[in-house]
Amino acid sequence: MSEPLLKVENLKTYFSMSHGVVRAVDGVSFEISRGKTLAIVGESGSGKSMTALSVLQLVPEPAGYIESGRIVYEGKDLLDLTWEQMRDLRGKEISMIFQEPMTSLNPVFTIGTQMIEAMTLHGTSRKEAKTRALELLRRVELKDPVQAMRQYPHELSGGMRQRVMIAMALSNEPKLLIADEPTTALDVTVQKQILELLVKLQQETGMAMLLITHDLGIVAQVAQDVVVMYAGKVVESATVQDLYTRPQHPYTKALFASLPSRQRRGQPLTTLEDAFAPISGDEPSQ
Amino acid sequence: MFLWTSVIPFLVVGLLWLLIRHALRQPLWAEASSRIKKNRMALVALTIICAYGGVAFVDAVSWKDDKNSPAKSVLDRVFAKMPVEETYSAPMAKTTTGVPHPKPLEGKHLFGTDGNGRDVLYQTLRGCKTALIIGGLTTLISLPLALLLGMLAGYYGKLVDDGIQYLYTVLDSIPNILLLVTLLMVLGNGLDKICLALGITTWVGLCRLVRGETLKHRDREYVRAAKSLGVSDFRILTRHILPNLLPTVIITVTLGLSGLILSEAILSYLSLGVTNETGSWGNMIDAARVELAREPVLWWNLLAASSALFVLVWAFNVFGDAIRDAIDPRLRS
Repeated sequence: MSEPLLKVENLKTYFSMSHGVVRAVDGVSFEISRGKTLAIVGESGSGKSMTALSVLQLVPEPAGYIESGRIVYEGKDLLDLTWEQMRDLRGKEISMIFQEPMTSLNPVFTIGTQMIEAMTLHGTSRKEAKTRALELLRRVELKDPVQAMRQYPHELSGGMRQRVMIAMALSNEPKLLIADEPTTALDVTVQKQILELLVKLQQETGMAMLLITHDLGIVAQVAQDVVVMYAGKVVESATVQDLYTRPQHPYTKALFASLPSRQRRGQPLTTLEDAFAPISGDEPSQ
Repeated sequence: MFLWTSVIPFLVVGLLWLLIRHALRQPLWAEASSRIKKNRMALVALTIICAYGGVAFVDAVSWKDDKNSPAKSVLDRVFAKMPVEETYSAPMAKTTTGVPHPKPLEGKHLFGTDGNGRDVLYQTLRGCKTALIIGGLTTLISLPLALLLGMLAGYYGKLVDDGIQYLYTVLDSIPNILLLVTLLMVLGNGLDKICLALGITTWVGLCRLVRGETLKHRDREYVRAAKSLGVSDFRILTRHILPNLLPTVIITVTLGLSGLILSEAILSYLSLGVTNETGSWGNMIDAARVELAREPVLWWNLLAASSALFVLVWAFNVFGDAIRDAIDPRLRS
């Protein structure tokens, strides 16, 4: 097998709080191959979002910091890069889309301005950026791209904003897209459309994807490999097929048991509390 | 001297014009201006501000007729034919008041005359320049300071934040008026020194506000999204966070402008304000204060100065509010 696009080894991201150190990510390792999708699954506070933010070194400062580990992207450790090199890489090689399409766009600028900025940052000329922005908005299947370029974020629906975010993330043709709960804030029909769009765009561009989610239901649609996280640690890592047919770890089994199923109609749903203690201290999902 | 009186007024107007033209080329401001054009109140307020600015400009441009005579501004020349009376006279009055033997007048003084027999309308108009300089120059000193330090403190946190907070908390712990008086005693009298002293004492409140707002926006997802696209810290601060701070800053600054013009009046009352030769509403109000107890009441001096002050402050507040509404895309209809 060829060298993976991204290889995370024994990553530890800690938060120093007034009451001590919180080990948000505690020795996580995984690999993503070119053009493939890896899903990280876990409940709130399991450290999955922090893992994603650590890859881009965007852990909220000053409390959070990367304690140790290696994040090897195309053979080089991202933690060894200078601050400028890292900034250059963000958006160009690795991009990210976020959970809240409502707040991920700057409220005082038009969609067009923000899309063009995303591209001019990495050396595209303004004129070229404008035509590319229109083309990208068309590719993410926005109904009226010309109109959307002139609109402000609050004038678009949640689904439309997420499409814009995806278009922005793809504007510099990254090799890896990190999607941090991209559909959590959207309703179910829009969720499906966005996921289908992501899969379609992935096939077109050949990029790899790191999907962060708490929803086992969407994992099978999109991902090839799955990492299950609990309390900052990887409890199970497998291909989608193996995980769905033969979950090994009791936590993974409990997660599957908590999904509503047609076979167990009329019975109360199993909660995770039945099998596992929920992660204490309600850490916000970042 | 020639530089001060002739070049600077044109320079100020020119710079303002360039600044506005540059701003109007950016979509945010271009759209704001088109919305302000539809807001009648804002246009009235803008016209008033421009009128005050015009009077100040006319008062600022001056030249000497020959080497030995003092420089006279355009405004001085317009009012040159206005006779200087001996003492008070009511608006349009035919005689002077407040003296045992009233002198006959021509009734030329629209707003009456003051104790030294000077035309009140002329004095009021001369106050425009002082008021605008105090408001403008002080804001020019305090606003960049507050924005720079506030945004740095809010964005970077940690030691930077501690240092800046320490600085402004110390400044703020000294009662404002005492600090102002001390500064003016050290710096000496003069309009520019008053602006400097006011600038040093007024940036703290704005800085604290800017810090808090930056702190709020720093953790917004759009800032993180911008970072994930590789935007630099400097660009995030100037292009992403700053435009979001503008509504709050504009409102605070315009409300502060009225406070600044008023504090000139307070300083005049403490004899720390501008000299008597520089027209100022503060001096006029201060002088009129003594006269209110007299019989008959000499009200016109006070009324003229405070109306001029009131109308300018009103215009600033209405226009500031209109800008705030206009640059907020969420209020777009």
